[in-house]
Amino acid sequence: MALPAQKQTATEALLSSLHLPEAGCTRAAREAALARLREMGVPGRRDEYWKYTRPDSLITPDAPRAATFAAGEPMMFDAVDRLKIVFVDGVFDPEASDPLELEGVQIERIEDICCKDIHWAKDLYGVLEARGHTPVPRPLAALNTAFAADGVAIHVTGTPSKPISLIYQHASETSDAILHHVIRVESGAAVTVLENGPAASRFNKCMEIDIADGGTLHHVRAQGRDHERRAVTHMFTRLGEGSVYKSFTLTVNGVLTRNEQVVELTGDDAVAHVAGACVGDGDFHHDDTVFITHDAVGCESRQVFKKVLRNGATGVFQGKILVKPGAQKTDGYQISQSLLLDDDSQFLAKPELEIYADDVACSHGSTSGAIDETALFYLRSRGVPLKEATDLLTLAFLAEAVDEIEDKSLADDIVSRLEGWLARRS
Amino acid sequence: MLTINNLHVKLEEEDKQILKGVDLTVEAGKVHAIMGPNGSGKSTLSYVLSGRDGYEVTEGSAQLEGVDLLEMEPEERAAAGLFLAFQYPVEIPGVGNMTFLRTALNAQRKARGEEELSAADFLKQVRTKAKALKIDADMLKRPVNVGFSGGEKKRNEILQMAMLEPKMCILDETDSGLDVDAMKLVAEGVNALRDAGRGFLVITHYQRLLDHIKPDVVHIMADGRIVKTGGPELALEVENNGYADILAEVN
Ligand SMILES: Nc1ncnc2c1ncn2[C@@H]1O[C@H](COP(=O)(O)OP(=O)(O)O)[C@@H](O)[C@H]1O
Ligand SMILES: [Mg+2]
Repeated sequence: MALPAQKQTATEALLSSLHLPEAGCTRAAREAALARLREMGVPGRRDEYWKYTRPDSLITPDAPRAATFAAGEPMMFDAVDRLKIVFVDGVFDPEASDPLELEGVQIERIEDICCKDIHWAKDLYGVLEARGHTPVPRPLAALNTAFAADGVAIHVTGTPSKPISLIYQHASETSDAILHHVIRVESGAAVTVLENGPAASRFNKCMEIDIADGGTLHHVRAQGRDHERRAVTHMFTRLGEGSVYKSFTLTVNGVLTRNEQVVELTGDDAVAHVAGACVGDGDFHHDDTVFITHDAVGCESRQVFKKVLRNGATGVFQGKILVKPGAQKTDGYQISQSLLLDDDSQFLAKPELEIYADDVACSHGSTSGAIDETALFYLRSRGVPLKEATDLLTLAFLAEAVDEIEDKSLADDIVSRLEGWLARRS
Repeated sequence: MLTINNLHVKLEEEDKQILKGVDLTVEAGKVHAIMGPNGSGKSTLSYVLSGRDGYEVTEGSAQLEGVDLLEMEPEERAAAGLFLAFQYPVEIPGVGNMTFLRTALNAQRKARGEEELSAADFLKQVRTKAKALKIDADMLKRPVNVGFSGGEKKRNEILQMAMLEPKMCILDETDSGLDVDAMKLVAEGVNALRDAGRGFLVITHYQRLLDHIKPDVVHIMADGRIVKTGGPELALEVENNGYADILAEVN
């Protein structure tokens, strides 16, 4: 079917500013992704899936300007022993990175694997993304697969002694970065992947994660700081039998962030938890869009999203649990909540369940509210000043999401970042 | 210690007068009890004194050691030495009981220009005081009052009071919902804090708490006023005859 004229024009305008990289082994995947993109067209304001978030600034040929922020405090995860992989405005920086060597894992740049004929990553690059357009198209992910300029392929075959840390630095005020990573966790292997940094003025990141039977991947991400930055990210995750995927994202600042998580539980007894905490002030729009498909027996999924919004900030949550026929004994939980610190802020939520199996336990809830005045008075009556009491209750509100992080020291790091954000506000 | 003069209070949102001229003075070292039927304004009095929103003082005054309470923020009143044990203690999910206690204690010390208590000293104090109230380590770790039984909540109020060492303690129906053993624990906790420098205002619906916390003075409150004041024998009179006789007598 032909695209509406407006979509067609917007798509071609964006494509005219991009060119496919000279990439050997991913070339076919990129061309296929480009064809998908042409068929879907870029997202538009009339698209149901973009009802709450305006895609306009994500599809202009040039990235809107975004000032870089002089780092006043240490970067996130600085105190964590980790293998650092640094990207500056979306380009790998070997000088700033650690040597890509760690027992239990092989890490290569996407562009380096391209000269090899046979490579595991070929069966993953663009593959989960391509599966992720049903029932809703995700054109910006297809765009990413086609035009990603850099990224890493991470092959986890054992249990590396420390996390792999992807660090995204933002240097140029007009940077427009597209990164694509693929991760394969082999049977019984386990890894922690960290991501942090403002990345670019406009950042499109896609990650495809394939977890084999009994594999484990923990993901902790902090999207921070540079207030004018924009980001659209997709994480496509496929889980095998008895495997575990746990992902947590902290978002602090950013005029526009859309984080999509597309999770497929394809092996029995797999576990997927996706969680997020965000704090937004003023010109801040944050969208969590999650789609979890249960396609096996006895799987568990959890979605826990908490948003603190003030001064006219907007939070969006679109979360769906799809239980396919035969996916019996599914345990699905979804909660999305916002704490509105004033009347100007808003939270738009669309929680959905679609269930085609009869023996399942699924629950979802969404709430939006102001700070609990009774609790606030209780704290003040014990001598805790108003600001401190408000901050304490704000952190308490976010705790359910932060508690999803299993590693205590990472969770503490996240909490201290949140405390810093609160302390900077009066 | 606490001086209340001709206090008139109405609801902020509605045209409803609740306190209609309360006069009351609690001296340091003394325990005063307020008894009275439901709806007479006892909780309102305690909330107004501690600074809760939603009430408007239309006339009268309240002072703590000569300082105007009504002009202060709730946290300032606390730092000045006022404490209210709530009739309905509030649950705060996500805030650990220990964190809560420590934050409160240190905030008050800071407001008074005192040094913060070290983590070690704090722990030592909490453990000792919690033990006396039969509050176990698990209750200290859990979020404030979440999943606590009625009795546990009330004991937790007394623990806060013991930690904060206020000058003026107001207890609002701390006995309600307690069995006899729990009430004894609470009373012991209160009695342990009785000393020459501290005043107590014990609000209760029943006389039985006053068997354990012996009051110096008993007031009867009805329809927003103190209608009768006497010694401990007044509480017994209420116990034996109910409020009807007293109210008939004063009307
Ligand atoms: N926030 C409020 N909104 C409406 N009515 C209130 C409020 N607070 C108190 N009242 C009313 O004021 C009166 C006194 O209540 P309260 O102080 O709780 O009495 P007591 O503690 O003696 O039982 C009651 O009639 C009660 O319904
Ligand atoms: Mg009451």
